Amino acid sequence: MATAVISTIVVFTAIGLAIVNSPGWPAVREAFLNGEVFRASFPDIARAFKLNVKIFLVAEAVILVFALGVAMLRSLPGPVFFPIRAIAIIYTDVFRGLPTILVITMLALGVPALQLTGVPVSAVFWATVGLILVYSAYVAEVYRAGIESVHPSQEAAARSLGLSRWQTLRYVIVPQAVRRVIPPLLNDFIGLQKDTALVAFAGPVEVLRQAGIDEAANFNFTPYVCTAVLFLALTIPMTRATDWLIERDRRKRAASGVG
Amino acid sequence: MRTRAVAMAIVAALAAASCGSSTSTTASAAGTTQANPCAKANLTLVTPGQLTIGTDNPAFDPYFQGPTGHEWTGKFNHDPYNDQGFEDATAYAVAQQLGFTKDQVKWVAVSFNNSFKPGPKNFDFYLAQVSYSPQRTQGADLSDSYYDVQQAVVALQGTPIASATSVSDLKSYKFGTQIGTTSYDLIQNVVQPSQSTQVYDTLNAALQALKNGQIDGLVTDFPTAYYMANIQLSNGTVVGILPAANSGSKEHFSMVLQKGSSLTECVNGALSALHADGTLAQIQDRWLNQAAHAPDLQ
Repeated sequence: MATAVISTIVVFTAIGLAIVNSPGWPAVREAFLNGEVFRASFPDIARAFKLNVKIFLVAEAVILVFALGVAMLRSLPGPVFFPIRAIAIIYTDVFRGLPTILVITMLALGVPALQLTGVPVSAVFWATVGLILVYSAYVAEVYRAGIESVHPSQEAAARSLGLSRWQTLRYVIVPQAVRRVIPPLLNDFIGLQKDTALVAFAGPVEVLRQAGIDEAANFNFTPYVCTAVLFLALTIPMTRATDWLIERDRRKRAASGVG
Repeated sequence: MRTRAVAMAIVAALAAASCGSSTSTTASAAGTTQANPCAKANLTLVTPGQLTIGTDNPAFDPYFQGPTGHEWTGKFNHDPYNDQGFEDATAYAVAQQLGFTKDQVKWVAVSFNNSFKPGPKNFDFYLAQVSYSPQRTQGADLSDSYYDVQQAVVALQGTPIASATSVSDLKSYKFGTQIGTTSYDLIQNVVQPSQSTQVYDTLNAALQALKNGQIDGLVTDFPTAYYMANIQLSNGTVVGILPAANSGSKEHFSMVLQKGSSLTECVNGALSALHADGTLAQIQDRWLNQAAHAPDLQ
Protein backbone atom coordinates (compact mmCIF):
# COMPACT_ATOMS: atom_id res chain seq x y z
CA MET A 1 0.00 0.00 0.00
CA ALA A 2 2.67 2.49 1.10
CA THR A 3 4.77 1.54 -1.92
CA ALA A 4 1.81 2.16 -4.21
CA VAL A 5 1.23 5.60 -2.71
CA ILE A 6 4.90 6.58 -2.96
CA SER A 7 5.30 5.34 -6.53
CA THR A 8 2.08 7.09 -7.56
CA ILE A 9 3.27 10.38 -6.06
CA VAL A 10 6.70 10.04 -7.70
CA VAL A 11 5.28 9.21 -11.13
CA PHE A 12 2.66 11.97 -11.15
CA THR A 13 5.08 14.56 -9.76
CA ALA A 14 7.60 13.66 -12.45
CA ILE A 15 4.99 13.95 -15.23
CA GLY A 16 3.67 17.21 -13.77
CA LEU A 17 7.16 18.73 -13.47
CA ALA A 18 8.06 17.64 -17.01
CA ILE A 19 4.96 19.41 -18.37
CA VAL A 20 5.25 22.56 -16.24
CA ASN A 21 8.96 22.97 -17.01
CA SER A 22 8.64 22.34 -20.75
CA PRO A 23 9.66 25.32 -22.91
CA GLY A 24 6.17 25.67 -24.38
CA TRP A 25 4.29 25.47 -21.05
CA PRO A 26 3.61 29.21 -20.56
CA ALA A 27 2.14 29.40 -24.09
CA VAL A 28 0.09 26.23 -23.58
CA ARG A 29 -1.19 27.42 -20.18
CA GLU A 30 -2.21 30.72 -21.74
CA ALA A 31 -3.93 29.01 -24.69
CA PHE A 32 -5.68 26.16 -22.87
CA LEU A 33 -6.03 27.16 -19.21
CA ASN A 34 -6.90 30.82 -19.37
CA GLY A 35 -9.12 31.59 -16.34
CA GLU A 36 -10.54 34.73 -17.86
CA VAL A 37 -11.67 32.97 -21.05
CA PHE A 38 -12.98 30.05 -18.97
CA ARG A 39 -15.22 32.30 -16.88
CA ALA A 40 -16.38 34.28 -19.91
CA SER A 41 -17.28 31.24 -22.01
CA PHE A 42 -18.68 28.93 -19.31
CA PRO A 43 -22.30 30.28 -19.24
CA ASP A 44 -22.71 29.97 -23.03
CA ILE A 45 -21.14 26.54 -23.08
CA ALA A 46 -23.28 25.28 -20.20
CA ARG A 47 -26.39 26.56 -22.02
CA ALA A 48 -25.33 24.77 -25.23
CA PHE A 49 -24.69 21.58 -23.23
CA LYS A 50 -28.43 21.33 -22.49
CA LEU A 51 -29.00 20.47 -26.16
CA ASN A 52 -26.53 17.56 -25.81
CA VAL A 53 -28.36 16.26 -22.74
CA LYS A 54 -31.73 16.50 -24.53
CA ILE A 55 -30.42 14.68 -27.61
CA PHE A 56 -28.88 12.02 -25.37
CA LEU A 57 -32.10 11.40 -23.42
CA VAL A 58 -34.29 11.14 -26.54
CA ALA A 59 -31.80 8.96 -28.41
CA GLU A 60 -31.26 6.65 -25.43
CA ALA A 61 -34.99 5.98 -25.00
CA VAL A 62 -35.46 5.17 -28.70
CA ILE A 63 -32.29 3.05 -28.90
CA LEU A 64 -33.30 0.83 -25.95
CA VAL A 65 -36.54 -0.17 -27.70
CA PHE A 66 -35.41 -0.16 -31.34
CA ALA A 67 -32.20 -2.16 -30.71
CA LEU A 68 -34.07 -4.80 -28.72
CA GLY A 69 -36.45 -5.17 -31.67
CA VAL A 70 -33.53 -5.64 -34.06
CA ALA A 71 -31.89 -8.20 -31.74
CA MET A 72 -35.11 -10.18 -31.39
CA LEU A 73 -35.65 -10.22 -35.15
CA ARG A 74 -32.10 -11.44 -35.62
CA SER A 75 -32.68 -14.19 -33.05
CA LEU A 76 -35.79 -15.59 -34.75
CA PRO A 77 -35.05 -19.21 -35.60
CA GLY A 78 -36.05 -21.19 -38.68
CA PRO A 79 -35.75 -20.79 -42.45
CA VAL A 80 -39.04 -18.83 -42.80
CA PHE A 81 -37.55 -15.86 -40.97
CA PHE A 82 -34.34 -15.81 -43.02
CA PRO A 83 -35.19 -12.57 -44.93
CA ILE A 84 -35.91 -10.79 -41.64
CA ARG A 85 -32.66 -12.06 -40.12
CA ALA A 86 -30.81 -10.97 -43.26
CA ILE A 87 -32.18 -7.42 -42.99
CA ALA A 88 -31.20 -7.25 -39.32
CA ILE A 89 -27.69 -8.52 -40.13
CA ILE A 90 -27.21 -6.06 -43.01
CA TYR A 91 -28.41 -3.20 -40.81
CA THR A 92 -26.01 -3.98 -37.93
CA ASP A 93 -23.10 -4.55 -40.33
CA VAL A 94 -23.62 -1.31 -42.22
CA PHE A 95 -24.22 1.01 -39.28
CA ARG A 96 -21.49 -0.46 -37.10
CA GLY A 97 -19.12 -0.11 -40.04
CA LEU A 98 -19.81 3.56 -40.78
CA PRO A 99 -18.19 6.41 -38.87
CA THR A 100 -20.90 8.14 -36.81
CA ILE A 101 -19.87 11.57 -38.06
CA LEU A 102 -20.43 10.43 -41.64
CA VAL A 103 -23.93 9.12 -40.93
CA ILE A 104 -24.88 12.34 -39.12
CA THR A 105 -23.54 14.66 -41.81
CA MET A 106 -25.11 12.70 -44.66
CA LEU A 107 -28.52 12.40 -43.01
CA ALA A 108 -28.70 15.98 -41.72
CA LEU A 109 -27.59 17.63 -44.97
CA GLY A 110 -28.73 14.95 -47.39
CA VAL A 111 -32.29 13.94 -46.44
CA PRO A 112 -33.66 17.52 -46.36
CA ALA A 113 -32.15 18.01 -49.84
CA LEU A 114 -34.69 15.48 -51.15
CA GLN A 115 -37.33 18.18 -50.58
CA LEU A 116 -39.98 15.64 -49.63
CA THR A 117 -43.11 17.18 -48.16
CA GLY A 118 -43.85 16.11 -44.61
CA VAL A 119 -40.25 15.05 -43.96
CA PRO A 120 -38.60 17.21 -41.27
CA VAL A 121 -35.72 19.46 -42.36
CA SER A 122 -34.45 20.01 -38.82
CA ALA A 123 -30.74 19.23 -38.52
CA VAL A 124 -31.16 18.29 -34.85
CA PHE A 125 -33.82 15.76 -35.84
CA TRP A 126 -31.72 14.05 -38.50
CA ALA A 127 -28.54 14.16 -36.45
CA THR A 128 -30.40 12.43 -33.62
CA VAL A 129 -31.70 9.83 -36.10
CA GLY A 130 -28.08 9.26 -37.15
CA LEU A 131 -27.00 8.66 -33.56
CA ILE A 132 -29.95 6.31 -33.02
CA LEU A 133 -29.14 4.27 -36.15
CA VAL A 134 -25.45 3.88 -35.30
CA TYR A 135 -25.86 3.18 -31.59
CA SER A 136 -28.82 0.83 -32.09
CA ALA A 137 -26.58 -1.33 -34.28
CA TYR A 138 -24.11 -1.67 -31.38
CA VAL A 139 -26.78 -2.10 -28.72
CA ALA A 140 -28.60 -4.72 -30.82
CA GLU A 141 -25.41 -6.78 -30.78
CA VAL A 142 -25.15 -6.39 -27.01
CA TYR A 143 -28.74 -7.61 -26.64
CA ARG A 144 -28.04 -10.50 -29.01
CA ALA A 145 -25.03 -11.56 -26.96
CA GLY A 146 -27.34 -11.53 -23.93
CA ILE A 147 -29.99 -13.58 -25.73
CA GLU A 148 -27.40 -16.16 -26.82
CA SER A 149 -25.98 -16.39 -23.32
CA VAL A 150 -29.26 -17.82 -22.01
CA HIS A 151 -28.80 -21.58 -21.79
CA PRO A 152 -30.58 -23.59 -24.55
CA SER A 153 -32.25 -25.69 -21.84
CA GLN A 154 -34.36 -22.63 -20.98
CA GLU A 155 -35.75 -22.55 -24.49
CA ALA A 156 -36.33 -26.28 -24.54
CA ALA A 157 -38.18 -26.10 -21.23
CA ALA A 158 -40.38 -23.23 -22.42
CA ARG A 159 -41.18 -24.97 -25.69
CA SER A 160 -42.07 -28.19 -23.84
CA LEU A 161 -44.56 -26.15 -21.80
CA GLY A 162 -46.32 -25.30 -25.04
CA LEU A 163 -45.03 -21.73 -25.59
CA SER A 164 -44.54 -20.68 -29.21
CA ARG A 165 -41.09 -19.63 -30.46
CA TRP A 166 -42.08 -15.98 -30.22
CA GLN A 167 -43.57 -16.38 -26.72
CA THR A 168 -40.43 -18.22 -25.60
CA LEU A 169 -38.30 -15.33 -26.80
CA ARG A 170 -40.61 -12.69 -25.34
CA TYR A 171 -41.35 -14.20 -21.88
CA VAL A 172 -38.42 -16.50 -21.13
CA ILE A 173 -35.27 -15.58 -23.03
CA VAL A 174 -35.35 -11.76 -23.35
CA PRO A 175 -36.11 -10.95 -19.68
CA GLN A 176 -33.08 -12.98 -18.59
CA ALA A 177 -30.94 -11.63 -21.43
CA VAL A 178 -31.68 -7.97 -20.68
CA ARG A 179 -30.75 -8.33 -17.02
CA ARG A 180 -27.39 -9.75 -17.97
CA VAL A 181 -26.48 -7.04 -20.45
CA ILE A 182 -27.34 -3.98 -18.36
CA PRO A 183 -23.67 -3.21 -17.54
CA PRO A 184 -22.47 -3.37 -21.18
CA LEU A 185 -25.55 -1.36 -22.20
CA LEU A 186 -24.61 1.41 -19.80
CA ASN A 187 -21.14 1.29 -21.29
CA ASP A 188 -22.56 2.05 -24.73
CA PHE A 189 -24.57 4.92 -23.28
CA ILE A 190 -21.44 6.52 -21.89
CA GLY A 191 -20.20 6.45 -25.48
CA LEU A 192 -23.47 7.94 -26.71
CA GLN A 193 -23.21 10.84 -24.26
CA LYS A 194 -19.84 11.81 -25.72
CA ASP A 195 -20.92 11.32 -29.31
CA THR A 196 -23.74 13.85 -29.00
CA ALA A 197 -20.92 16.31 -29.74
CA LEU A 198 -20.88 14.98 -33.31
CA VAL A 199 -24.25 16.66 -33.88
CA ALA A 200 -22.17 19.86 -34.18
CA PHE A 201 -21.15 18.85 -37.69
CA ALA A 202 -24.74 19.16 -38.91
CA GLY A 203 -24.99 22.80 -37.84
CA PRO A 204 -26.82 23.02 -34.48
CA VAL A 205 -24.96 25.01 -31.84
CA GLU A 206 -24.47 22.31 -29.22
CA VAL A 207 -21.59 22.29 -26.75
CA LEU A 208 -18.70 21.48 -29.11
CA ARG A 209 -19.86 24.06 -31.65
CA GLN A 210 -20.27 26.72 -28.96
CA ALA A 211 -16.74 25.94 -27.76
CA GLY A 212 -15.49 26.30 -31.34
CA ILE A 213 -17.22 29.67 -31.65
CA ASP A 214 -15.67 30.90 -28.39
CA GLU A 215 -12.30 29.50 -29.44
CA ALA A 216 -12.32 31.43 -32.73
CA ALA A 217 -13.55 34.62 -31.09
CA ASN A 218 -10.69 34.65 -28.57
CA PHE A 219 -7.99 32.72 -30.47
CA ASN A 220 -7.83 30.60 -27.32
CA PHE A 221 -8.55 26.90 -26.72
CA THR A 222 -9.75 27.15 -23.11
CA PRO A 223 -13.44 26.74 -24.14
CA TYR A 224 -12.59 23.14 -25.10
CA VAL A 225 -11.28 22.50 -21.58
CA CYS A 226 -14.53 23.97 -20.31
CA THR A 227 -16.47 21.50 -22.48
CA ALA A 228 -14.31 18.61 -21.31
CA VAL A 229 -15.13 19.45 -17.69
CA LEU A 230 -18.88 19.38 -18.43
CA PHE A 231 -18.66 16.02 -20.21
CA LEU A 232 -16.65 14.49 -17.38
CA ALA A 233 -19.18 15.80 -14.84
CA LEU A 234 -21.79 13.75 -16.68
CA THR A 235 -19.87 10.64 -17.74
CA ILE A 236 -17.78 9.93 -14.63
CA PRO A 237 -20.78 9.45 -12.28
CA MET A 238 -22.32 7.18 -14.92
CA THR A 239 -19.09 5.21 -15.29
CA ARG A 240 -18.84 4.76 -11.50
CA ALA A 241 -22.51 3.71 -11.34
CA THR A 242 -21.92 1.14 -14.07
CA ASP A 243 -18.96 -0.34 -12.21
CA TRP A 244 -21.03 -0.49 -9.04
CA LEU A 245 -23.87 -2.29 -10.87
CA ILE A 246 -21.47 -4.81 -12.39
CA GLU A 247 -19.95 -5.49 -8.96
CA ARG A 248 -23.38 -5.85 -7.31
CA ASP A 249 -24.51 -8.23 -10.04
CA ARG A 250 -21.36 -10.32 -9.62
CA ARG A 251 -21.88 -10.55 -5.83
CA LYS A 252 -25.54 -11.53 -6.24
CA ARG A 253 -24.73 -14.31 -8.66
CA ALA A 254 -21.93 -15.58 -6.43
CA ALA A 255 -24.32 -15.61 -3.45
CA SER A 256 -27.19 -17.34 -5.25
CA GLY A 257 -24.90 -19.73 -7.09
CA VAL A 258 -26.65 -18.99 -10.41
CA GLY A 259 -24.22 -18.45 -13.27
CA MET B 1 14.45 15.89 -38.40
CA ARG B 2 12.97 15.93 -34.94
CA THR B 3 15.96 17.67 -33.32
CA ARG B 4 16.04 20.24 -36.08
CA ALA B 5 12.42 21.09 -35.48
CA VAL B 6 13.10 21.47 -31.75
CA ALA B 7 16.17 23.59 -32.38
CA MET B 8 14.20 25.84 -34.72
CA ALA B 9 11.45 26.18 -32.17
CA ILE B 10 13.97 27.31 -29.55
CA VAL B 11 15.53 29.79 -31.98
CA ALA B 12 12.08 31.15 -32.84
CA ALA B 13 11.14 31.40 -29.15
CA LEU B 14 14.38 33.21 -28.30
CA ALA B 15 13.92 35.58 -31.23
CA ALA B 16 10.35 36.30 -30.18
CA ALA B 17 11.38 36.82 -26.55
CA SER B 18 14.25 39.14 -27.36
CA CYS B 19 12.16 41.26 -29.73
CA GLY B 20 9.20 41.36 -27.40
CA SER B 21 11.23 42.72 -24.51
CA SER B 22 13.20 45.30 -26.41
CA THR B 23 10.85 46.76 -29.00
CA SER B 24 11.78 50.33 -28.21
CA THR B 25 15.50 49.76 -28.50
CA THR B 26 15.27 47.99 -31.87
CA ALA B 27 12.94 50.67 -33.19
CA SER B 28 15.33 53.47 -32.26
CA ALA B 29 18.33 51.49 -33.45
CA ALA B 30 16.74 50.98 -36.86
CA GLY B 31 16.84 54.71 -37.45
CA THR B 32 20.58 54.88 -36.88
CA THR B 33 23.42 52.99 -38.50
CA GLN B 34 22.09 49.57 -37.35
CA ALA B 35 20.89 47.18 -40.06
CA ASN B 36 17.21 47.43 -41.01
CA PRO B 37 15.42 44.62 -39.08
CA CYS B 38 13.03 44.21 -42.03
CA ALA B 39 15.79 43.71 -44.58
CA LYS B 40 15.35 40.28 -46.15
CA ALA B 41 18.58 38.94 -44.64
CA ASN B 42 17.51 39.93 -41.11
CA LEU B 43 14.05 38.37 -41.12
CA THR B 44 13.41 35.41 -38.83
CA LEU B 45 11.75 32.88 -41.13
CA VAL B 46 10.44 29.33 -40.87
CA THR B 47 12.81 28.37 -43.69
CA PRO B 48 15.69 30.84 -44.22
CA GLY B 49 15.69 32.57 -47.59
CA GLN B 50 12.12 31.58 -48.29
CA LEU B 51 8.80 33.17 -47.35
CA THR B 52 6.33 30.51 -46.22
CA ILE B 53 2.71 31.63 -46.49
CA GLY B 54 -0.21 29.68 -45.08
CA THR B 55 -3.78 29.62 -46.30
CA ASP B 56 -6.81 27.38 -46.12
CA ASN B 57 -7.45 24.38 -48.33
CA PRO B 58 -9.76 24.65 -50.26
CA ALA B 59 -8.74 28.17 -51.29
CA PHE B 60 -11.92 29.85 -52.47
CA ASP B 61 -12.95 32.41 -55.05
CA PRO B 62 -12.63 35.37 -55.29
CA TYR B 63 -9.66 35.33 -52.92
CA PHE B 64 -7.85 32.64 -54.85
CA GLN B 65 -8.47 32.08 -58.55
CA GLY B 66 -7.07 30.20 -61.53
CA PRO B 67 -6.45 26.47 -61.99
CA THR B 68 -6.03 23.86 -59.25
CA GLY B 69 -2.60 22.47 -58.41
CA HIS B 70 -0.20 21.24 -55.68
CA GLU B 71 -2.35 20.19 -52.68
CA TRP B 72 -5.22 22.45 -53.77
CA THR B 73 -7.42 20.11 -55.78
CA GLY B 74 -11.14 19.74 -56.43
CA LYS B 75 -13.89 21.53 -58.29
CA PHE B 76 -14.02 24.85 -56.42
CA ASN B 77 -10.35 24.95 -55.40
CA HIS B 78 -7.48 27.10 -56.70
CA ASP B 79 -3.71 26.77 -56.52
CA PRO B 80 -2.22 29.68 -54.49
CA TYR B 81 0.96 29.47 -56.62
CA ASN B 82 -1.15 30.97 -59.46
CA ASP B 83 -0.76 34.52 -58.06
CA GLN B 84 -4.39 35.05 -59.06
CA GLY B 85 -7.26 36.25 -56.88
CA PHE B 86 -7.41 39.02 -54.30
CA GLU B 87 -5.60 37.42 -51.34
CA ASP B 88 -3.22 35.50 -53.57
CA ALA B 89 -2.08 38.69 -55.36
CA THR B 90 -1.92 40.57 -52.03
CA ALA B 91 0.32 37.89 -50.52
CA TYR B 92 2.69 38.00 -53.51
CA ALA B 93 2.76 41.82 -53.39
CA VAL B 94 3.74 41.70 -49.69
CA ALA B 95 6.38 39.07 -50.49
CA GLN B 96 7.82 41.27 -53.23
CA GLN B 97 7.80 44.29 -50.92
CA LEU B 98 9.78 42.26 -48.36
CA GLY B 99 12.32 41.40 -51.08
CA PHE B 100 11.26 37.89 -52.12
CA THR B 101 10.98 36.76 -55.71
CA LYS B 102 7.98 34.72 -56.80
CA ASP B 103 9.87 31.42 -56.61
CA GLN B 104 11.06 32.17 -53.07
CA VAL B 105 7.45 32.00 -51.91
CA LYS B 106 6.25 28.66 -50.56
CA TRP B 107 2.59 27.96 -49.73
CA VAL B 108 1.39 25.62 -47.00
CA ALA B 109 -2.18 24.50 -46.34
CA VAL B 110 -3.09 25.44 -42.77
CA SER B 111 -6.50 25.02 -41.18
CA PHE B 112 -7.93 28.05 -39.39
CA ASN B 113 -7.45 26.53 -35.88
CA ASN B 114 -3.82 25.77 -36.58
CA SER B 115 -3.14 29.38 -37.55
CA PHE B 116 -3.34 30.49 -33.92
CA LYS B 117 -2.57 27.37 -31.86
CA PRO B 118 0.25 27.82 -29.33
CA GLY B 119 3.77 26.72 -30.22
CA PRO B 120 5.92 27.09 -33.33
CA LYS B 121 4.16 27.62 -36.66
CA ASN B 122 4.94 26.19 -40.07
CA PHE B 123 4.21 29.49 -41.82
CA ASP B 124 5.60 33.04 -41.68
CA PHE B 125 2.18 34.58 -42.14
CA TYR B 126 -1.28 33.22 -42.82
CA LEU B 127 -4.10 34.83 -44.75
CA ALA B 128 -7.56 33.36 -45.28
CA GLN B 129 -10.18 36.04 -44.70
CA VAL B 130 -9.39 36.31 -40.99
CA SER B 131 -11.07 39.36 -39.45
CA TYR B 132 -9.32 41.47 -36.84
CA SER B 133 -10.67 41.66 -33.29
CA PRO B 134 -8.88 42.84 -30.13
CA GLN B 135 -9.63 39.53 -28.32
CA ARG B 136 -7.92 37.57 -31.09
CA THR B 137 -4.65 39.42 -30.59
CA GLN B 138 -4.30 37.57 -27.26
CA GLY B 139 -3.57 34.37 -29.20
CA ALA B 140 -1.67 35.64 -32.25
CA ASP B 141 -0.30 38.74 -33.91
CA LEU B 142 -2.68 40.28 -36.42
CA SER B 143 -1.39 42.57 -39.15
CA ASP B 144 -2.91 45.88 -40.17
CA SER B 145 -5.80 45.80 -42.64
CA TYR B 146 -5.33 44.54 -46.18
CA TYR B 147 -9.06 44.73 -46.90
CA ASP B 148 -11.97 46.50 -45.23
CA VAL B 149 -14.74 43.95 -45.30
CA GLN B 150 -18.52 44.03 -44.98
CA GLN B 151 -20.81 41.11 -44.20
CA ALA B 152 -23.79 40.30 -46.39
CA VAL B 153 -26.84 38.02 -46.36
CA VAL B 154 -27.30 35.44 -49.15
CA ALA B 155 -30.73 33.90 -49.76
CA LEU B 156 -32.65 32.07 -52.46
CA GLN B 157 -34.64 34.20 -54.91
CA GLY B 158 -38.35 34.27 -54.22
CA THR B 159 -38.07 33.27 -50.54
CA PRO B 160 -39.67 35.70 -48.03
CA ILE B 161 -36.30 36.83 -46.62
CA ALA B 162 -35.15 37.97 -50.08
CA SER B 163 -37.46 40.98 -49.91
CA ALA B 164 -36.10 42.22 -46.56
CA THR B 165 -34.86 45.81 -46.67
CA SER B 166 -33.84 46.42 -43.07
CA VAL B 167 -32.14 44.58 -40.22
CA SER B 168 -35.43 44.43 -38.33
CA ASP B 169 -37.02 42.63 -41.33
CA LEU B 170 -34.48 39.83 -40.77
CA LYS B 171 -35.24 39.04 -37.14
CA SER B 172 -37.83 36.32 -37.72
CA TYR B 173 -35.63 34.20 -40.01
CA LYS B 174 -33.18 31.38 -39.38
CA PHE B 175 -29.53 32.08 -40.22
CA GLY B 176 -26.46 30.00 -40.79
CA THR B 177 -22.77 30.64 -41.25
CA GLN B 178 -19.34 29.04 -40.97
CA ILE B 179 -17.77 28.36 -37.57
CA GLY B 180 -15.11 30.72 -36.32
CA THR B 181 -16.37 33.73 -38.27
CA THR B 182 -17.22 37.26 -37.27
CA SER B 183 -20.37 36.64 -39.34
CA TYR B 184 -21.70 34.65 -36.38
CA ASP B 185 -21.08 37.52 -33.96
CA LEU B 186 -22.84 39.86 -36.36
CA ILE B 187 -25.90 37.57 -36.60
CA GLN B 188 -26.10 37.25 -32.81
CA ASN B 189 -25.35 40.88 -31.92
CA VAL B 190 -26.72 42.94 -34.80
CA VAL B 191 -29.51 40.86 -36.36
CA GLN B 192 -30.50 39.12 -33.09
CA PRO B 193 -32.78 36.59 -34.80
CA SER B 194 -35.58 34.87 -32.89
CA GLN B 195 -34.56 31.40 -34.15
CA SER B 196 -31.33 29.61 -33.21
CA THR B 197 -28.43 30.19 -35.59
CA GLN B 198 -26.85 27.18 -37.31
CA VAL B 199 -23.06 27.01 -37.50
CA TYR B 200 -21.29 24.78 -40.05
CA ASP B 201 -17.71 23.63 -40.46
CA THR B 202 -17.50 24.86 -44.00
CA LEU B 203 -19.27 27.41 -46.16
CA ASN B 204 -20.17 24.57 -48.50
CA ALA B 205 -22.18 22.88 -45.75
CA ALA B 206 -23.88 26.20 -44.97
CA LEU B 207 -24.67 26.62 -48.67
CA GLN B 208 -26.17 23.12 -48.80
CA ALA B 209 -28.33 23.96 -45.75
CA LEU B 210 -29.53 27.10 -47.55
CA LYS B 211 -30.49 25.04 -50.60
CA ASN B 212 -32.23 22.53 -48.30
CA GLY B 213 -34.31 25.21 -46.63
CA GLN B 214 -32.73 24.40 -43.26
CA ILE B 215 -31.68 28.06 -43.01
CA ASP B 216 -33.29 31.11 -44.65
CA GLY B 217 -30.19 33.26 -44.90
CA LEU B 218 -26.43 32.68 -45.02
CA VAL B 219 -24.15 35.41 -43.68
CA THR B 220 -20.58 35.75 -44.96
CA ASP B 221 -18.20 38.44 -46.23
CA PHE B 222 -19.56 40.35 -49.21
CA PRO B 223 -17.14 39.15 -51.93
CA THR B 224 -17.90 35.53 -50.98
CA ALA B 225 -21.62 36.28 -50.70
CA TYR B 226 -21.63 37.82 -54.17
CA TYR B 227 -19.76 34.84 -55.60
CA MET B 228 -22.17 32.37 -53.96
CA ALA B 229 -25.28 34.22 -55.09
CA ASN B 230 -24.12 34.64 -58.68
CA ILE B 231 -21.86 31.68 -59.43
CA GLN B 232 -22.47 28.83 -56.98
CA LEU B 233 -26.26 29.16 -56.70
CA SER B 234 -28.48 29.19 -59.77
CA ASN B 235 -31.24 31.05 -57.93
CA GLY B 236 -29.29 33.00 -55.31
CA THR B 237 -29.45 36.64 -54.35
CA VAL B 238 -27.59 38.98 -52.00
CA VAL B 239 -30.34 40.37 -49.75
CA GLY B 240 -28.13 43.19 -48.52
CA ILE B 241 -25.10 44.29 -46.58
CA LEU B 242 -25.23 44.25 -42.78
CA PRO B 243 -24.03 47.21 -40.71
CA ALA B 244 -20.79 46.66 -38.75
CA ALA B 245 -21.01 45.34 -35.20
CA ASN B 246 -19.52 48.54 -33.75
CA SER B 247 -20.98 51.39 -35.70
CA GLY B 248 -18.18 53.68 -36.85
CA SER B 249 -15.42 51.07 -36.83
CA LYS B 250 -14.89 49.07 -40.01
CA GLU B 251 -14.24 45.35 -39.94
CA HIS B 252 -11.02 44.38 -41.69
CA PHE B 253 -9.02 41.33 -42.72
CA SER B 254 -5.63 40.75 -41.09
CA MET B 255 -2.77 38.39 -41.70
CA VAL B 256 -2.08 36.03 -38.79
CA LEU B 257 1.46 35.72 -37.40
CA GLN B 258 3.05 33.96 -34.45
CA LYS B 259 2.32 35.85 -31.24
CA GLY B 260 5.18 38.29 -30.71
CA SER B 261 6.66 37.63 -34.16
CA SER B 262 9.40 40.00 -35.28
CA LEU B 263 7.90 39.76 -38.76
CA THR B 264 4.64 41.51 -37.83
CA GLU B 265 6.12 45.01 -38.00
CA CYS B 266 7.75 44.20 -41.33
CA VAL B 267 4.48 42.90 -42.82
CA ASN B 268 2.72 46.04 -41.55
CA GLY B 269 5.46 48.16 -43.14
CA ALA B 270 5.00 46.35 -46.44
CA LEU B 271 1.19 46.75 -46.29
CA SER B 272 1.53 50.44 -45.51
CA ALA B 273 3.84 50.92 -48.53
CA LEU B 274 1.42 48.99 -50.77
CA HIS B 275 -1.45 51.15 -49.51
CA ALA B 276 0.52 54.32 -50.16
CA ASP B 277 1.60 53.52 -53.71
CA GLY B 278 -1.86 52.30 -54.73
CA THR B 279 -0.86 48.65 -55.31
CA LEU B 280 -3.50 47.29 -52.90
CA ALA B 281 -6.22 49.35 -54.58
CA GLN B 282 -5.09 48.01 -57.97
CA ILE B 283 -5.21 44.42 -56.73
CA GLN B 284 -8.67 45.02 -55.36
CA ASP B 285 -9.82 46.53 -58.67
CA ARG B 286 -8.41 43.66 -60.62
CA TRP B 287 -9.60 40.69 -58.52
CA LEU B 288 -12.77 41.78 -56.75
CA ASN B 289 -15.76 42.45 -58.96
CA GLN B 290 -16.19 46.20 -58.91
CA ALA B 291 -19.65 45.93 -60.44
CA ALA B 292 -20.76 43.90 -57.42
CA HIS B 293 -23.04 45.85 -55.18
CA ALA B 294 -25.96 45.20 -52.86
CA PRO B 295 -28.26 47.44 -50.83
CA ASP B 296 -27.28 48.38 -47.29
CA LEU B 297 -29.56 47.02 -44.60
CA GLN B 298 -30.11 49.62 -41.92
